[in-house]
Amino acid sequence: MSVLVFVEIADGKIKKAAYEAAYYAAKTAELTGTTAEAVVLGTAGADELANLGNFGIAKIHHANDARFNTFDSKAFAKAIAEKASGADIVVLSFGPNGKLLAPRVAVRLKAGYVPGAAELPTFEGGTLKVVKNVFSGKAKAFYQVATAKKVVAVSPNSLSPVKGSGTAAVEAFAPAVSDADFGTVVKSVDKLTGHIPLTEADLVVSAGRGLKGPENWGMIEELANEMGAATACSRAVADVDWRPHHEHVGQTGFMVKPNLYIAVGISGAIQHLAGVNQSKVIVVINTDPEAPFFKAADYGIVGDAFVVVPKLIEEYKKFKAAAH
Amino acid sequence: MKILVPISKVPDTTSKIAFVDNNTKFSTDNVQFIMNPTDEWYALTKALELKEAQGGEVVVIHAGLADSEQVIRKALAIGADSAFRIDMDPTDAYAVSVEIANHAKTGGYDLVITGKETIDYNSFEVGGMVAELLDWNAVALVSKLDVAGGKATATRDIEGGTETVEISLPAVICATKDLAAARIPNMKGIMASRTKPLTVLAATGADKLTSIASYQTPEKAKECKYVSVDNVAELVRLLHEEAKVI
Repeated sequence: MSVLVFVEIADGKIKKAAYEAAYYAAKTAELTGTTAEAVVLGTAGADELANLGNFGIAKIHHANDARFNTFDSKAFAKAIAEKASGADIVVLSFGPNGKLLAPRVAVRLKAGYVPGAAELPTFEGGTLKVVKNVFSGKAKAFYQVATAKKVVAVSPNSLSPVKGSGTAAVEAFAPAVSDADFGTVVKSVDKLTGHIPLTEADLVVSAGRGLKGPENWGMIEELANEMGAATACSRAVADVDWRPHHEHVGQTGFMVKPNLYIAVGISGAIQHLAGVNQSKVIVVINTDPEAPFFKAADYGIVGDAFVVVPKLIEEYKKFKAAAH
Repeated sequence: MKILVPISKVPDTTSKIAFVDNNTKFSTDNVQFIMNPTDEWYALTKALELKEAQGGEVVVIHAGLADSEQVIRKALAIGADSAFRIDMDPTDAYAVSVEIANHAKTGGYDLVITGKETIDYNSFEVGGMVAELLDWNAVALVSKLDVAGGKATATRDIEGGTETVEISLPAVICATKDLAAARIPNMKGIMASRTKPLTVLAATGADKLTSIASYQTPEKAKECKYVSVDNVAELVRLLHEEAKVI
């Protein structure tokens, strides 16, 4: 069973989530006794791609073709499926592009597809089982795929790739796609500069109605800045425009799974928890000891955000100074 | 403009998640089923907004058994013109997508608008699969959509921001938050929904490519460790030394 991973790049750099997908592919190959190869679409330097060797990728098929520098689900699916014709397991990442791309690739290959793998698969008695979170992280499911060819999309922030050492040979790949396959014209890109993307963040500082007004977010941003964390908020706060909607975490907003999620002044409604309960560690700061969020927390402080957060900033600064 | 909106039936958010038959089957005991929130709030209502602005027709399609009628009638009450139910147990996204695509092929649709992943299996599959089966353009995680002159202009989420793209119709759009304002069915809508056409289609029996072998629930609830408000330094220490996340 050979494994092929689609490694996404942005501006010539391998995306963080793509390293996780590569690592998943390499580990799956190890488990099933084969090797993992990668396919990369778009302009990138050989030095950057060579990094994949350190994560267990043996060979890279690179379409160094500028048409792939913007995303088009149809053209990308066609190119990946072409390269995947000889692979048994195809791995992608379950990010904004992969969520649309992976099912398209699966249909082209008529392969069974498991989206959102949250940990490495199991392989016993020749049967591969893909592990994924279901019911917004309230349970895990072990998926079996009936087809010989299988497609898996890996949830970002689920794995911690371990860097080894290895080399990957880069081979040119010229997919049989025509200009007509690229149906998507990018009109504009609106990047939030100076912010860490929420869905990629290792650390998240989030706040809710307990902050009483949008003017009080300064300390949240300061804490996030100190920690190198992304900022987030509850739905209640996004709905009244205290904070932009791209910060809304929850069932209908973004699902996040950072290593650390600090929730300040958020009661912890079930819809909010659905978006955060896959975080590794949750810290809850709330004046109300009965706030339901404490039930989902690893650490809690019952206290006023306006007292606790400035103290936390101060203590974190001390910790950082001592660490250096 | 003719728009098809696939809708899914999911357990209500507050449902107790439990499994039976040696953890191989989701227990539907005392579970209240609802329309998947993003299908209802964003996909269906955006389709209605487009119809109201430009004329046309909004059709909902659902893969499910007879007990799905309530969810389908709700979509009709919110404003869809007609509905189709594909008579099948929707356990595999590929099998469902094949049926939806088969219907879409013959229906003369300009757009298929889906929600984002369902709140039960969190899978985000049907939109992409239907797009590929139809060989249509598609954009996912769309928070803003304009349609004019045979083209759709869509703003989608990307890592750390948004991107605005243009594609030609017919196309598949997968909605996310803010695409439209959610609507509550009014009495007139509820009355009208009872007589709107709901056609049951026999499934063609497309292959099911995946199955769930078993489920696992977390072993025990987390135990929250409390830190005093006067000892915030202790929290920093725990995060560093015990949790090892900073």
